[in-house]
Amino acid sequence: MNESRKNIIQMVIVAVAVIFLVKLFSIQVLDDKYAQAATSNIIHKVIEYPYRGTIRDRNGKLIVYNTPQFDITITPKEVKVLDTAKFCKLFEITPEELRNKYAALRESKGFSYVKPNAFIKQLSERDLARIQDYLIDFPGFDLQPRTSRAYTYPVLANALGYVSEINKRQLDRDTADYYHQGDYIGQSGLEAYYENQLRGKRGVRYKKRNVRGIEMGDFEDGKFDTLAVRGENLISTIDIDLQRYGEELLKGKSGSIVAIEPSSGEILSLVSGPSYDPNDLSGKKYSKNYYKISSDSLKPLFNRPLMAQYRPGSIFKIIQAMVGLQEGVITKQTYIPCIKYPMNCHHHGPGETLVGAITHSCNPYFYNVMKRMVNQGVSEDPFEDTRIGIRKWNDYIESFGLGSPLGIDLPSEKSGMVPSVEYYDRAYNGRPWKFSNIYSISIGEGENLVVPIQMANFAALVANRGYYYIPHLVKSIGGSGKPLPQFTEKHHTMVDDKYFDIAVEAMANVIKEGTGQYRAKLKDIEVCGKTGTVQNDPLPDHSVFIAFAPRDNPKIAVSVYVESAGQGARAAASIASLMIEKYLLGGTERPNIEAYVKKGDFL
Amino acid sequence: MRRGDSILSKIDWLTVLLFFVIVMLGWLNIYAAVYDENATQNIFSMSLNSGRQLIFIAVIIVLIIVMLVVDFKFYDTFAFAIYGSVLFLLIFILIFGREVAGSKSWFELGAFRFQPSEFAKFATCLAVAKFISTGGFRMDQLRNQIVLFAIIGVPAVLIILQGDTGTALVYSVFILVFFREGMAPTLLILGVSAAIIFILTLMVENHWYLYGGIVLIAAAAIFFSKRTRKRIVMVVLGAAIIVLVIKSVDYVVSDILKPHQQNRVKAFINPDADPLGFGWNVTQSKIAIGSGGAFGKGFLKGTQTKFDFVPEQSTDFIFCTIAEEHGWFGSFIIIGLFVCLLLRLIFVAERQKWRFARVYGYSVACILFFHFAVNIGMTIGLFPVIGIPLPMFSYGGSSLIGFTVLIFILVKLDAHRGQVLVH
Repeated sequence: MNESRKNIIQMVIVAVAVIFLVKLFSIQVLDDKYAQAATSNIIHKVIEYPYRGTIRDRNGKLIVYNTPQFDITITPKEVKVLDTAKFCKLFEITPEELRNKYAALRESKGFSYVKPNAFIKQLSERDLARIQDYLIDFPGFDLQPRTSRAYTYPVLANALGYVSEINKRQLDRDTADYYHQGDYIGQSGLEAYYENQLRGKRGVRYKKRNVRGIEMGDFEDGKFDTLAVRGENLISTIDIDLQRYGEELLKGKSGSIVAIEPSSGEILSLVSGPSYDPNDLSGKKYSKNYYKISSDSLKPLFNRPLMAQYRPGSIFKIIQAMVGLQEGVITKQTYIPCIKYPMNCHHHGPGETLVGAITHSCNPYFYNVMKRMVNQGVSEDPFEDTRIGIRKWNDYIESFGLGSPLGIDLPSEKSGMVPSVEYYDRAYNGRPWKFSNIYSISIGEGENLVVPIQMANFAALVANRGYYYIPHLVKSIGGSGKPLPQFTEKHHTMVDDKYFDIAVEAMANVIKEGTGQYRAKLKDIEVCGKTGTVQNDPLPDHSVFIAFAPRDNPKIAVSVYVESAGQGARAAASIASLMIEKYLLGGTERPNIEAYVKKGDFL
Repeated sequence: MRRGDSILSKIDWLTVLLFFVIVMLGWLNIYAAVYDENATQNIFSMSLNSGRQLIFIAVIIVLIIVMLVVDFKFYDTFAFAIYGSVLFLLIFILIFGREVAGSKSWFELGAFRFQPSEFAKFATCLAVAKFISTGGFRMDQLRNQIVLFAIIGVPAVLIILQGDTGTALVYSVFILVFFREGMAPTLLILGVSAAIIFILTLMVENHWYLYGGIVLIAAAAIFFSKRTRKRIVMVVLGAAIIVLVIKSVDYVVSDILKPHQQNRVKAFINPDADPLGFGWNVTQSKIAIGSGGAFGKGFLKGTQTKFDFVPEQSTDFIFCTIAEEHGWFGSFIIIGLFVCLLLRLIFVAERQKWRFARVYGYSVACILFFHFAVNIGMTIGLFPVIGIPLPMFSYGGSSLIGFTVLIFILVKLDAHRGQVLVH
């Protein structure tokens, strides 16, 4: 009996050993979930945020750069009993804010009990100096360095845009899965358009951590680590001094100034009024100021040069003239009497040839030009004939960069409007229409809409005698020295270049003897320009002026819009000529005009 | 065998070899468990557990020499005296002991601390062996059984009172010894069944399934066997008792067990319920072991144990270090070594003609087996976490000395087996 009992005991021992070995085989060799759990136990991913690219102006002046700031992270597991009163005092928040902040954090998607979570964000270096000595009293709270954007000059806000934390919609749209919650992303302006170039590439380092979260060196000697690649620096086309001058001139007014270098399409200044200080939407100040700025009734976030749409007014007559010449329905010598019908006209002679008609902005002249152009008798039916004419006219107008976004390197550019056959069909709801119904478009009123940047581009186009480059704000990305490829491509209109000399001559005349002679004529520089006055019932008209200078080998083309400021010859012409002086001469020789603009009483 | 022969020629060298291989592997793994690649201490550093363990190893070598020199009849003659002194120490410590980590089981002598409960094991072995080997002892007498359960029960209760339930549970393994010495297997079967029912009750949330199962089994037992009246009554009574046991489980778990014991039971039943809380030890222990793979990460290259994810790595959870750094292969070697030692101890016990030595030998083997099974079982989630060391492997002076004494009394008795007159 005892022999068998000895065997039973021995069998129990061996059985237990076999059970252990089978179990060990299953968890050690067969199941790799433990190996994975072990890796995730010790690996701590450290994100290295790349340095966002800076932006300089065309003369090398730094306009956007990075400034260090800090996030306070919380690792809930390591937080001991928290002296709330002391904590709140140190971080200048109320106990209630603290509770809400933590509650919100717990709800957020990436919340981790054992890893650091960004808790109090975007503290400045000054905050840090105050806080860092006391941080040791709060285990579980650490510093995470970051950078935020800073702007040397309080100007160009709408063009530069701003950077802020990525929102949920953007995260959902990020199919490449580059962004994480809490990342910062360019939200508008150049910051948004050049986000991919500016942001650089995030680096990741895999660190080993022990159970208390203390770093224990690189995982696998850093085999899987990637280095952060800093973002590319941009050189802007902006002349920051000209920009500042423009913003100063537009202070207290609504409107825009766009200045372009015609030979390259580089935007020298892009003023939107009213504006705001870009520093107000940077870093910690963002949440505080965004609501205030976005709810301002004067819409400082509305980027007028790109987004405001106006009727083109008299400026449109130059385009009509070009199209008429190309179509052969007029010549430079074509004389049309001013019968003040079907629309009224300004005071000038009894009739004009082409240059005179532009100089004096003769309405009936261009009514006739367009009528000849649209109704060329291709079809017997006057309705059908108009349709054919309008189709052709559309193609011409669009070749001037109107009716669709130009493709500038900023988001949210508006297209303006060139009324098409389809548009009129819709507007007349199927009833027939012909030229006599729609003729107000011939003088730039009616359904036409343009955006200030398009008008500046048109000025550049005339300055170039027939072609333009898409206006752009960045002339060099990183070390390439080149802008994006689409900005080096010449665009010609459907009108032969030779006809543009007539436009130049007419625009020179406007300054010499026409509406521009009082406030846009300069002593040493031959300015070419055209005033426009855009009806804005019941408020006063918008004041519009486009110009370029000098007449030969032009260096600058400008469009100026001043809302509800009356005739183009006053506010807009003054501002445009001051901008030209500033750019070409470094300052004005006509302090009276500058004072007139700054006073702002144009009506 | 001539009387003048050196003791060295008569001792069982295989046992001694296995013993020292395990001790030295233990020492290396204690070093691995406390190793820190950024620190400069080496394996001999006194600030590390490995350095102190080396001192203990030196101490046991001296102790072994002394024990081999002491007359073998000493253990037989003074068995009850030793047992009595240890009981006295256990009571003494309850009053004057130092509390460490919740249990009042430490005794301080100057700079040294030791745990009398470690010595209670061999003392109890001696007492059990002495009692069973007295002339005219018969296992089937109830009176003898009561005395035997008192001999193992008194130190067990005293140790429970110290707050060290894990160590007290070791004494249950004497049932295996009694079984070997002729006790009816009923108790063994009852004990195992009770344990199974207990665990089933905790695992199955709806107890009605269990009740249904019991009724079915009882009905089957009545239906398929001879339906004598006595048998039917026995089966119904048995089923009723089992139902009562199930009913009592909730009470036992929530009212008798202390909170940390409740958590250990919960962690055993379902470690995933709270992996960061009471499930932490088991979860992390399994992760460390499971991540070792077939051949392990290499000596001193374990990450889970190095970075302190596994608690008590150099003591109760030392097996994790082996399994993580040496994989399944290393685990196989260690388990194999223990099985060899256990089987060798049983072989040695069986070859004793003197009942005292045989019973003592079985007691030693069974105690080591209990430690081995429970310690490794808890690290891989097959047993609730009970804080008892892996013999000769885990860091700790009292435990190492305790096991050395246990084993080398047997080695000494075995060396003199030729000199004993058989009763």
